[in-house]
Amino acid sequence: MFRDAQLWPPILLTLQLATITTVVLLLVGTPIAWWLARSRARWKEVVGAVVSLPIVLPPTVLGFYLLIALGPNGPGGWVAGFFERRTLAFTFAALVIGSVIYSLPFVVQPIRNAFEAAGDRPLEAAATLRASPWDSFWSVALPLARPGLLTGAVLGFAHTVGEFGVVLMIGGSIPGQTKVLSIAIFDYVEQLRWGEAHVLAAGMLVFSFLVILAMTLAERRLWRARQ
Amino acid sequence: MVFMRFPARFAQFAAAAAFAAMIAGPAAAGTVNVAVAANFTDAANEIAALFKASTGHDAVLSFGATGALYTQITQAAPFDILLSADNERPALAVTEGHGVAGTVFPYAIGKVVLYSTAPALVTGEETLRAGAFSHIAIANPATAPYGRAAVEAMTALGVYDAVAPKIVQGENITQTFQFVETGNAELGFVALSQIIATDAGSRWQVPEELYEPIRQDAVLLVHGANNEAALAFMDFLRGPEANAVIEKFGYGTME
Repeated sequence: MFRDAQLWPPILLTLQLATITTVVLLLVGTPIAWWLARSRARWKEVVGAVVSLPIVLPPTVLGFYLLIALGPNGPGGWVAGFFERRTLAFTFAALVIGSVIYSLPFVVQPIRNAFEAAGDRPLEAAATLRASPWDSFWSVALPLARPGLLTGAVLGFAHTVGEFGVVLMIGGSIPGQTKVLSIAIFDYVEQLRWGEAHVLAAGMLVFSFLVILAMTLAERRLWRARQ
Repeated sequence: MVFMRFPARFAQFAAAAAFAAMIAGPAAAGTVNVAVAANFTDAANEIAALFKASTGHDAVLSFGATGALYTQITQAAPFDILLSADNERPALAVTEGHGVAGTVFPYAIGKVVLYSTAPALVTGEETLRAGAFSHIAIANPATAPYGRAAVEAMTALGVYDAVAPKIVQGENITQTFQFVETGNAELGFVALSQIIATDAGSRWQVPEELYEPIRQDAVLLVHGANNEAALAFMDFLRGPEANAVIEKFGYGTME
């Protein structure tokens, strides 16, 4: 029944997108979270609020702004010019950019909380042992924040898997490039092909359940190990 | 105690209002709830105003994607009429028992235009043959009638296979229009109704023999079968006043 339905390309594309997005999110989100946790700047909460905005904005609205920003009249079009293209929209890179922005608060927040929970004392102790700030970040702060990093990574990954509105707006539904799982499910539902939709949706549900369960268990273990 | 009095007053008022409505009889202005496909928004607003002026009835319009509206109707949404963006959902409404048999008719015929915001880009079918563009936007042909028509037209012109790698799909015709309007796709197949108010850019109205007509059907729903205002709206929608509005907004009519 489902042999000709091409169920696999959207699944693989989604996993690929979520993996790359999560890596980028950790690289971008960790320094932001560190700064938000440690800085004494008065306006840091302004930055914190900006990072949190994607939670509030409807994904299609965020997607529409991204569509303009990625297009020929926005910064995306300027970047695309170097690759002899007119626009960054409708590409896998566009989906990564959109997903990173959309999931950023879900990664920054738990990491920031973990940095704040660790407090100043371990870092002060490291400083008295003449560790450089860089060294104490890598060998003290980051290991202490491991539960937060794990939570952030899993949330970012899961959130990207379930993302729909942003991808819908900037993707163009190109098979193998921008047609991800959530779009494929939506298409099947719209076409009243509920069999395929059920298979994909059920797979997504089971997957998400397992991810959240595994995250909760692993997080508990990490916290317990620290005590 | 203050809180207790209010509902009592309200009940009195409601009873009086209901009584007044009853003795006023069938000549009283009624209300019809119409579920309207989003692409017909502007035309529907204007028709509702004319309908009010002509009959005294209020038409309360709810806009949405046809698929979403239809799903709501299957879940007993209080709509009297569905103005669909296609001819499938109204037929389905009748077979599934939500619509009144014999009331389905095409209120508007959608027209497809190849459109670009660039002034000289679209000159005619040769624009498609030359293929001097990197992205062409169409609505999802599996779900959106305008997308289906776009594919039919390109197939009829024999350019579909050459153009296919450059196609980007909007989930519906609104999103397709956004792809073109923001310049992310150089051109795209949009609805005439979306660009009829402007002279900007360049356009080619696709000859109607190249694709099956995009019939937008109306259907009276079971919820409105005994609502006089609903019956009046169905009549009004076929009349010359409504048809003039429909054509003004870039649709064809059956007249």
